[in-house]
Amino acid sequence: MNIIVLVKQVPDTSEVKINRETNTLIRDGVPSIINPYDMYAIEEALRLREQLGGKITAVTMGPPQAAEALKEAVALGVDDVVLLSDRAFAGADTWATSYTLAKGIKKIGNFDLVIAGKQAIDGDTAQVGPETADMLGIPFVAYIRKIEKVENGKMTAERMMDEGYDVVETSLPALITVVKEINQPRLPSLKGKMKAKSLKVTTLTAKDIDADENMIGLKGSPTKVVKIFPPTPRGQREVLTGSIEDQVATVVKKLKEQSLL
Amino acid sequence: MDYLLTEEQIMIRDLARQIAVEKIVPVRAELDEQNKFPSDIMKAIAQADLFGIYIPEEYGGLGKKSLELCIAVEELSKACLGVSTSYAANALGSYPILLHGSDAQKKKYLPDIAIGKKLVAFGLTEANAGSDASGIQTTAKLNGNEYVINGTKQWITNGGEADVYTIIAITDKSKGARGASAFIVEKGTPGFTFGKKENKMGIRASSTTELIFNNCRIPKENLIAKEGMGFIVAMKTLDSSRTGVGAQGVGVAQGAIDEAIRFARHRVQFGQPVTSFQAVQHMLADMQTMTEAARSLIYSVSRFIDSGAKDFSRASAMAKLFATDVAMKVTTDAVQVMGGSGYMKEYPVEKMMRDAKILQIYEGTNQIQRNVIALDMIKEASRQK
Repeated sequence: MNIIVLVKQVPDTSEVKINRETNTLIRDGVPSIINPYDMYAIEEALRLREQLGGKITAVTMGPPQAAEALKEAVALGVDDVVLLSDRAFAGADTWATSYTLAKGIKKIGNFDLVIAGKQAIDGDTAQVGPETADMLGIPFVAYIRKIEKVENGKMTAERMMDEGYDVVETSLPALITVVKEINQPRLPSLKGKMKAKSLKVTTLTAKDIDADENMIGLKGSPTKVVKIFPPTPRGQREVLTGSIEDQVATVVKKLKEQSLL
Repeated sequence: MDYLLTEEQIMIRDLARQIAVEKIVPVRAELDEQNKFPSDIMKAIAQADLFGIYIPEEYGGLGKKSLELCIAVEELSKACLGVSTSYAANALGSYPILLHGSDAQKKKYLPDIAIGKKLVAFGLTEANAGSDASGIQTTAKLNGNEYVINGTKQWITNGGEADVYTIIAITDKSKGARGASAFIVEKGTPGFTFGKKENKMGIRASSTTELIFNNCRIPKENLIAKEGMGFIVAMKTLDSSRTGVGAQGVGVAQGAIDEAIRFARHRVQFGQPVTSFQAVQHMLADMQTMTEAARSLIYSVSRFIDSGAKDFSRASAMAKLFATDVAMKVTTDAVQVMGGSGYMKEYPVEKMMRDAKILQIYEGTNQIQRNVIALDMIKEASRQK
């Protein structure tokens, strides 16, 4: 079974700052990691390969330094990587990103399953998975917490819901996104790290994937970011201590003072 | 200190450190408390390829040597000596095959050892044979195409958990030390069972059991080297493994220092952190200086061994002796720096102190190491006359 894993390089921790002029994230100088949800996607691909054989290709769209995230994927055990990188891809929203990823995936071809994390921790949109599936014209199942079986061109999996889970069957090829309950990601291996060190990452440009220039980057993005702002802090709060009786008395007194009672 | 490690050595260090921090530290207290073998951690170490560090590439390993092994052992030991003992005992058990085994034996066993599919144990010690290895009473008698083994090995690390055992048994009693031979015995061989699991003061995550042989028949091909080579195999094995024990000492000492200084910076007495008192500062300075000296010695001796040195008994004995005495002193002082808190199980240093003690005892007590060193010095002096 050939699997494509979508990974995104994201800034580590909450050290992120916002450029007030462009309203975009400042990524310079912030250490980058593989989006944590994508680590579960990589791990699940590795486990499926252990069971069923085949090849895993990790794909990302990003600037040249996103190659580092792909090398990390190789250290973890993926077989091959493709970096979709072109100045023309810059400024893409989820729509243009999904278009680009779908074109890249079509170019790679010969796949049975595409796995992605449920969302990225920087944008938190959770849109790229479903949009990419749509543009590829293949079924999409979100929030997979367990793959039960893969056979005869079909996959049965558990989809996490607010309460409980659904058991879903889909034909393959399909695109799924996974939640953190699905597995425990492994650490890299020494052989993987050594392979990653000397790896030359395959880079594909807009031309290489036959992308329509009106569909990619800022130009192909219907979403315009108008404003990014931190949420307004809530009003002043007060934490009451003491016996329950005292606390209740204080609450009643304060509510009366504000004529709420 | 920068020890001018290569890019690959740094890779090994960082990966072992990641395993230590992410997989070992969160569970070490529980493993210690419950006397529990760290099977999940062994799997993580296997997946990371660390079992293959010292095994040649042609047998599926990484083809690295003593220094790389020491670097990995040191990092794991910072977190837990019980885990690092379970890991390092694989090298001890593999060295008889690696150093003296036939090509067929290497091909049969090393690839599975390199990927961590099979764990290994080394069986030398018996009830009446500890420091005096000539007291071995386990026998191996050739009977047709098989050796028949009888006897009991004691305090064997990875006992019960390992799949492959390299053991020393007597093939010819009349020849004394020259009558011992080394064998490979696989778990599951009829007549080979395990005794009780020992309840130890420290390194409680590691498994220590008896190996009981009762008319255990193994194929003739499982003899390592030749009959009568057993003691040489054992001594060369121990020569090679001693730097690893020293690296355990460096690791646990550094782990204890890191805990002690982190604690002392925040412990306020007389209105200031205890690190502002010279009495504490000087203890910390001595602890780090001794540990750095031990690390320098371990790395130097490892590099000497890896350069292809033929005779390194004295050097490896000094490395083991010094680093493990330092480990005992430093872990004891770490408890002292942390005072009452250090004595409590809420903090890891009391465990480190309990764990460290075994380093002065196993794989040749530190008294035996001094014998090895002194005898070699005297031998050298007598040659120079």
